[in-house]
Amino acid sequence: MILYAPLVIVTIYSFNDSKSIITWQGFSLRWYFDMFTGPESAKFKVAASNSFIIAIVSATVATTIATLAATAIVRGGAARYRTASLGLLSLPLMVPEIVTAVATLIFFNTIGFSRGLTTIILAHIVFCIPFAYLPIAARMQGIEDTYEQAAMDLYATKRQTFTRILLPLMMPGIISGYLLAFIVSLDDFIITNFVKGAGVETLPTAIFGAVKMGIKPNIMAISTALLLVSVVFVTISYFVAKADNKNK
Amino acid sequence: MLPVQNQVAVNVRDLVKQFGDFTALRNVSLAIKDNEFFTLLGPSGCGKTTLLRTIAGFEHQDEGEILLFGDSIAGLPANQRPVNTVFQNYALFPHMSVLENVMFGLEMLGSSKAEARPLAHEMLELVRLGEFAHRKPAQLSGGQAQRVALARALAPKPKVLLLDEPLSALDLKLRKAMQLELKALQRETGITFIFVTHDQEEALTMSDRIAVMSAGEIQQLGSPKDIYEHPDNVFVAGFIGETNLLPVSVDEITNGHAHCHLGGGHKVICSAVEGVAVGNDVHISVRPERLRMSAQPSDQQSLPGTVVETVYVGSDVQSYVQLNEGPLLTIRTQNSALGKQAIFALGTQTYVTMETGAARLLQD
Repeated sequence: MILYAPLVIVTIYSFNDSKSIITWQGFSLRWYFDMFTGPESAKFKVAASNSFIIAIVSATVATTIATLAATAIVRGGAARYRTASLGLLSLPLMVPEIVTAVATLIFFNTIGFSRGLTTIILAHIVFCIPFAYLPIAARMQGIEDTYEQAAMDLYATKRQTFTRILLPLMMPGIISGYLLAFIVSLDDFIITNFVKGAGVETLPTAIFGAVKMGIKPNIMAISTALLLVSVVFVTISYFVAKADNKNK
Repeated sequence: MLPVQNQVAVNVRDLVKQFGDFTALRNVSLAIKDNEFFTLLGPSGCGKTTLLRTIAGFEHQDEGEILLFGDSIAGLPANQRPVNTVFQNYALFPHMSVLENVMFGLEMLGSSKAEARPLAHEMLELVRLGEFAHRKPAQLSGGQAQRVALARALAPKPKVLLLDEPLSALDLKLRKAMQLELKALQRETGITFIFVTHDQEEALTMSDRIAVMSAGEIQQLGSPKDIYEHPDNVFVAGFIGETNLLPVSVDEITNGHAHCHLGGGHKVICSAVEGVAVGNDVHISVRPERLRMSAQPSDQQSLPGTVVETVYVGSDVQSYVQLNEGPLLTIRTQNSALGKQAIFALGTQTYVTMETGAARLLQD
């Protein structure tokens, strides 16, 4: 519990009715209003909208790729390729993020890709795939292949078997993977900071930029809001996975 | 034109299937007639399920061919073969209602929902699950799920229905009821059923013909009566029903009768069979219900022995008689026949009567 103490303190002080971040002056929502109306609100609104666009696009693409990969890897091929593919896919989870960040930056520079929103999205898609893949593959492994055989036996083509049988059965895993990828993208700082172009900010980089000039209470409110979004998404993801286990 | 009953529905020719080093099917050939309830019977690993899955198109043979009503189906994938399967675990689609499950095959064949719905309802009525149409598979009992699986497989009107141990997950009482129901359903629909099971009683109850399989080969093919009363070899005799499997030596063969002796010198006469010659050491099979006990030797073959155990098993009494210096015999006497047939107390001397024809000579 002690590990969460800083989070709790940030959350509490985001409701502080004071310009200082240390002295408590009573409960207030002023910093939450400040988020939308304050002097820095325009900057943070753009950053937040960037963040959400990036998160939505990269989570969608990453989940699509992860779904197809999970179908192919879990169903097709020999067991040893399966293990190798899993290792390869989860590599980004093990590699230090800073290494990925530097490597991605060098890659974009080498191919002469100008940095901006697109580079951030591409980088996010890549590192979101394993996060989306793991719950989908776990779900896929729990689906017996007799369902597909039964569908084929009942004259369904491969495509119909995928869309009518496999996809609905995988859906809880897909939702869970999507939410996870979304959160990971929304919260990412290191890679984003490396590959973002000048002037393009996401919420995390904007917060970092603001903090460099001293911590103000509005940062606490923004952080708390971001925390809330994360908690909500992770909780939904958890309950989707859980509700589905009961169904089986 | 041939009468319909004699038309061959599935013709399997020299089928070979290997999984790595393991040979699941060795040159299996058989002809399954149209409108027949045909059972593949054998212990696990005998190749019966592999044969069924090869007919369904889930496995592909290494050699040989399968003809469906005269046409080779070798090149056809599972979704183009006009056969449907009832899976061991039913494999009902959990995200669809019972009705949607039954409609699935019809829709995949190109029917619209409006066309498929009444047909699916009709199928559910056939298996007496009309009121359950809108339930999800998870809300069904095992027996109901089984019947939905049947309705789903029958809805597209397959030429042949394949059933992969569909009753093995049910409790005994339900299984007995389903056996009769399946048999009736087969007669009503006139569809050829190929049924896979390891349960010999199930096979005897339902089948028109049975193929007994072991180690990837067909050991014997025949009606339940043939297989029970005239087993061809030791495996079939031991696998189907209870039997006394006794080692014998053949002393003489005259007029189609083989004179043999058991251990301890007890003489037994049975019908000669092809492939067994004088001097061979082989086995005979005698069903426990074909043996009688008496206090005095009877005019038929009577073997002296001692009663060593009597067990009450409900409908029958099972006695174990140790022949003098010979093998142990199991004798089954029906409780309803007790007035006519004697049961002897432990330790009493008795004569075991083996009527002619009771003992069956077997090739090893």
